[in-house]
Amino acid sequence: MGRRVLITGLDTFWGGRMAQALEAKSDVEMILGLGTKEPRVPLERTEFVRSDQKYSILSRIVRATQVDTIVHTFLETNSIAVPSRVLHEINVIGTLNLLAAAGASGTSVRKVIVKSSTHVYGAAAQDPAWFREEDSRTGPVRTKLERSLLEVEALVRDFADDNPHLAVTVLRFANVLGTDIVTPISHNLRRRLLPCIAGFDPLVQFVEEDDVVRALEFATSHRVPGVFNVAGEGKLPWSEVASIGGAHLLPLPPVRPRLFAAPLQRLGGVRFPPEMEGLVTYGRGVDTNALRAAGFEYRYTSAGAVNSFARANNLRRTTGNTSPAYRYEQDVEQFFRHSPTVVRGIDS
Amino acid sequence: MESVGAARPAGRPGDREFIDAIVGHAPAQAERQAERQADETEKIAAASDLAGASVSYLPVAAGRNEPEVEELVDEARRSDVDEWGRSEHMRSIVRRLYDPMYRYWFRVEWEGLEKIPTEGGALLIANHAGAIPSDAPAIMHGIETELGRPVYGMADYFFRTLPGIGTMWSRSGGVPAHPDNAYRILHDQQQLALVFPEGTKATSKTYADRYRLRRFGRGGFVEIAMRAGVPIIPIAVVGAEESMPILFRMNGVAKALKLPYFPVTVNSLLLGPLGYVTYLPAKFKLRVLDPITFDVEPGLERYSKSRVMDEAERIRAIMQDTLHDMLRERRSVWFG
Repeated sequence: MGRRVLITGLDTFWGGRMAQALEAKSDVEMILGLGTKEPRVPLERTEFVRSDQKYSILSRIVRATQVDTIVHTFLETNSIAVPSRVLHEINVIGTLNLLAAAGASGTSVRKVIVKSSTHVYGAAAQDPAWFREEDSRTGPVRTKLERSLLEVEALVRDFADDNPHLAVTVLRFANVLGTDIVTPISHNLRRRLLPCIAGFDPLVQFVEEDDVVRALEFATSHRVPGVFNVAGEGKLPWSEVASIGGAHLLPLPPVRPRLFAAPLQRLGGVRFPPEMEGLVTYGRGVDTNALRAAGFEYRYTSAGAVNSFARANNLRRTTGNTSPAYRYEQDVEQFFRHSPTVVRGIDS
Repeated sequence: MESVGAARPAGRPGDREFIDAIVGHAPAQAERQAERQADETEKIAAASDLAGASVSYLPVAAGRNEPEVEELVDEARRSDVDEWGRSEHMRSIVRRLYDPMYRYWFRVEWEGLEKIPTEGGALLIANHAGAIPSDAPAIMHGIETELGRPVYGMADYFFRTLPGIGTMWSRSGGVPAHPDNAYRILHDQQQLALVFPEGTKATSKTYADRYRLRRFGRGGFVEIAMRAGVPIIPIAVVGAEESMPILFRMNGVAKALKLPYFPVTVNSLLLGPLGYVTYLPAKFKLRVLDPITFDVEPGLERYSKSRVMDEAERIRAIMQDTLHDMLRERRSVWFG
């Protein structure tokens, strides 16, 4: 029997990309995607279930579909995308319910993969240049996003302890850039204005969006329990991110930069979420040897990820959108997924 | 404040650049200065031509002395800032600015420089002195110009928190002192790291305590060298104490300014605020001692604390003896 995979957040960027990646794997028998909205990417054989993150529904779905792998991509890592209440609901409550459903007695689940973020390390002056997975953060928890992700990881850790027969993998991703992903940093780069803190030019890491999907896919196809950092090789100064990305630096004062960023944010030009303040002051580096040792190979370096964004952005600036917008049409999608007349694996 | 001109010998760079060179940073005007100075003695900077240098850190033209150890062929990069924040390009500017200071102000004299290996990791340790320490730039400059290999100067993370200064400190080879950082530099990258085991206890001590070594921390430097499997090379420095002697400390001011300490120095009495960016022309003598190796298995998580403390104390004693030796031989603070 092939693998049966459940993906959360099918309607989000990562859920959609992950489902597409798994569809290409012949040993994946069934892909089930949960989402609150309809998927935004064309999918060939992924089943879509519209559901909120309620426990009762999740446990029924898990039992009925006998999934063996859960890929939990539906974690919000951008605190200005959603109000903080919603952030808590999605991240903490969503994970809580999902793990409860996955750990129900007689469960078919064997593997759980959680997409976390290196935000859990925070950013402080006394940080080591390279955080290893077992290192704890040095500074106090300052932002709601960090607190919420730390809570999620604590839940996952307890879950792993309670279910030793399950392979639980937590992947902590560095800031992502790439051809399509929209993050506060990519938004700023697109507007050609990258906020920085005057007098600071910290070293940062990035991971390319394809490497994110590949790392998630790697964790589903291998048995790699534990916590792993995922970031492209090398580091680069923040000023160089602006220079590769074709943006100007917008210096904010070192004291209370968010106060000064707020009006700019209001005007819509600049995104400066609270969790960015530490990053652009002290930067962050994570040691990626553990995942490498497990056998994962990166395609992009940190600078390569920024460059990947820059190249796509150049194209966008010249020709508009790189990929035509996809419109989800329920009937057509149903036809593609279920009709025996569709010859699968030719064209997506 | 009035006596600024009096204490400034001719031909010296302006005070602003002066202190920046000392503490290891070069401001934007540094480049203008760099263009004027045609110093041919640079060995490391041979590859980089400063004539067209702009404000950003331009890549050094594929230098053979590229400090990056991991052969990271990354065509996307636009600068030569390595993963510690050090830029060989910035270093070469700093070296050009600092060289006259090194040669004609402190008249630095080395003894036993050949004991520092030209390849492989080694942990350099030295005694620390001067309210704003003048020894670190001298040691880093000397080794980089003489041996042509980079030195990472490890210091308190406090530097990182200073806007502008922190960035320049990092670009010119400063790294926050953290055991993991030191291990990576020494073991994984086989580079030279310079640490001052006494820390700020040494730089904040008053003139009355000059050349009396403080406690060598908790012996962390010994443990790192053991774990990384690299030798410790002690360097005894004479002269730094007299370049910026502390008369007393003002703890209230330090607290108010959130500084580790606030010194009142001889320099500041003579020159006012400018005293904090001007050193007295003490003669520098540096003696490199024999490398110390440990017959322990590298790579362990922990080493016997008593062994570590014994070694730290032994090294401290050797350095203290050497300092006394050098002071016995010294006839004049200013002429050596």
